[in-house]
Amino acid sequence: MDNDRVDQIIDKHEAEPSSLIQVMLEIQSENNWLPKATLNRISERLEVPLARILHIATFYQAFSLVPKGRHGVHICVGTACHVRGASRILDTVQEKIGIKPGETDLDLKFSLEVVNCLGCCALGPVMEIDGKTHGKMTPGETAEVLKNYE
Amino acid sequence: MSRINSPAELDEFRKNILSERDPNKPCITLCAGSACIATGSGDVALSLEAEIVKQGLRDKVDLRKTGCHGYCERGPMIVIHPEEISYFQVQPKDAAEIISETIKEKKIIKRLLYTDPDTKEKIVKESEIPFYKHQERLVFGSNGSIDPKSIDDYLAIGGYGALKKALYDMTPESVLEEVKKSNLRGRGGGGFPAGRKWEGSRDDPEPIKYVIVNADEGDPGAYMDRSLLEGNPHSILEGLTLGAYAIGSHEGYIYVRQEYPLAVENVLLAIKTAEEYGFLGKNILGSGFDFEVKVHQGAGAFVCGESTALMTALEGRVGEPRPKYIRSNIKGFWEKPSVLNNVETWANVPLIINKGADWFTQYGTEGSKGTKIFSLVGKIVNTGLVEVPMGMPLKDIIYKIGGGIPNGKKFKAVQTGGPSGGCIPEDLLDLPVGFDELTKAGSMMGSGGMIVMDEDTCMVDVARYFIAFLTDESCGKCVPCREGLRQMLKILTRITEGKGRQDDIQLLKDLAETAKGAALCALGKSAPNPFLSTLRYFENEYEAHINEKRCPALSCKELIAYYIDPTQCKACMICARKCPADAIDGGKNKIHLIDQEKCTKCGTCYEVCPSRFSAVTRISGEPVPDPIPEEERIIRKRKKK
Repeated sequence: MDNDRVDQIIDKHEAEPSSLIQVMLEIQSENNWLPKATLNRISERLEVPLARILHIATFYQAFSLVPKGRHGVHICVGTACHVRGASRILDTVQEKIGIKPGETDLDLKFSLEVVNCLGCCALGPVMEIDGKTHGKMTPGETAEVLKNYE
Repeated sequence: MSRINSPAELDEFRKNILSERDPNKPCITLCAGSACIATGSGDVALSLEAEIVKQGLRDKVDLRKTGCHGYCERGPMIVIHPEEISYFQVQPKDAAEIISETIKEKKIIKRLLYTDPDTKEKIVKESEIPFYKHQERLVFGSNGSIDPKSIDDYLAIGGYGALKKALYDMTPESVLEEVKKSNLRGRGGGGFPAGRKWEGSRDDPEPIKYVIVNADEGDPGAYMDRSLLEGNPHSILEGLTLGAYAIGSHEGYIYVRQEYPLAVENVLLAIKTAEEYGFLGKNILGSGFDFEVKVHQGAGAFVCGESTALMTALEGRVGEPRPKYIRSNIKGFWEKPSVLNNVETWANVPLIINKGADWFTQYGTEGSKGTKIFSLVGKIVNTGLVEVPMGMPLKDIIYKIGGGIPNGKKFKAVQTGGPSGGCIPEDLLDLPVGFDELTKAGSMMGSGGMIVMDEDTCMVDVARYFIAFLTDESCGKCVPCREGLRQMLKILTRITEGKGRQDDIQLLKDLAETAKGAALCALGKSAPNPFLSTLRYFENEYEAHINEKRCPALSCKELIAYYIDPTQCKACMICARKCPADAIDGGKNKIHLIDQEKCTKCGTCYEVCPSRFSAVTRISGEPVPDPIPEEERIIRKRKKK
């Protein structure tokens, strides 16, 4: 992400230090991750120490300090999905794509995350890939669905 | 749109909206809440729109995309007004027929109706379906009839009437008195009386005060706040403005999770239109009262639902709680008096001001007034959001509204209160829901998650699950929570893996007591609840795991094995084909066999084995029988004579 765009986002929030999280969220959602150079820029412009920015970046789940894969796989492990067998879905996905939650594979194809509730408990267990919801999953179907992503 | 500057102008404007609406004109309301969107309501909307145009009914029928109707199990759903014909699990291919039959010919399409599972009777009207019939939808009811993106829809049902009444017919003191009299208690978890919280802020001499909506709904398995914000954002804005008027605040915030994009979108739009209409901003409705609202998106941390952590996060810092020597209604956001209430609490306020505290208090029990929205999920027939008067027995919610447990399984427990709550067993199902009643049973109201568990759910695993969640979400500031939970998780994990030790339960109890007594904030103090309540009611399950290395619910992976009963297996190949780990050996006419080394215990074979064979079984606490000799595995078909 170039500094001009970063500046634009910062200006939108009037370079206000209390808007730090909002600025970071906007950059995260546009760029999918927070490169070091960008964080330095935020630090300079908002006059906030880099240590505090990193504290925030590692505290909140929304932020990533590494690039993400082409496909974001979210496995819901909320309570409703859990009692309906979400851990079996997660095991299957981990086995098939070979990464753990929070990781991205070397080809940058998949990033795997667990989330705590997607709010469609009627469909549990739920797997969401790139915003598309796959409901009432079984380990067998999970493997099938994953095959469709390149 | 020009601003509305007086109560008379508002009445006039509302009259105009209503006069332009013909109550007899067919109106299709389509649920466009997050759950229905996931089941395809977006495509249904497109098909319906296309059919309306195609069949030449462009001006003769309205299509309204509303917020969540609550009955998520049967989505996507539509209700056709004024007849209130409700169709469930509607597919895009049904659109043509709905328009040509029901809209044009007034004929009902039977296959899309709700069928009563007991009587097999078809039910036409939404309000007569058992799921809805036993509810009292005071707060949540409008969700199904208004388009959350249209302020006119909200005005048409009397929206902003409470604000008008407060600004012109009531003093801030009398608004506060009414809320106090209603005994409205916080819907977010604590159950603290809202009026008392407001009063503390109001009486503080500091001139700058804040009101804040807590929409950081983090309880896994609870989504009522999301549905309210998505489906009826103006009701929350109106409640917030009333609160601001009562305590003398001119600035409000909505702290909403960024994981709820539709809620963020709808609430931002609602603020914009409310400002244009003069319900927010300077000189609201010409009364001289100023109030503005900003939206702050949360970046995902469960602890930020805690009041002091949320306010720290609002200030742009890491959301860590602080000790509450001084409550946040006195020194909160930017050290100013700040009233923080949950979404549902704010949504109750306009009702109380409109209809009065006496009306409100006729619902509920002595200690808990009004209604509560629960997110009824888990092993339940009718998953969805339900709103019931406080005091309804748990049994009625689960069986009358929820329709009981699916697949003929046996009920085991209901978990309420989210990760800080507890599990309530079957013999306490007559318990009326209320803040004090649930706390007495070792659980809590929380924000209203209600997760139903059946005989297949292992209670030790449930405790482990919640402690794992909280360990992950602990902010790390205080030792009893950060270290204590980590140790509890270690021990619980060990127990579910069959490595539990004799003194583990005592050790867990000690850690639980320490966290309860010494943790800094409510997250840590209540974190041991899932363990303590499961131990209180299901100690036998803990003992089976530790002493017999057996999981009574046949759920803990490390303690069970899948086994194909050779006397039942008909060598149909279904399980062998579906097994994702290729762990099943067997061919045509050859009894199948699970390679226990390869088996990942995913349970696929158990699920796909046809019920007439039921050959795949789960074994726990005893060794898997040796495989039968190779030659006995061949099934010889008898030749027909």
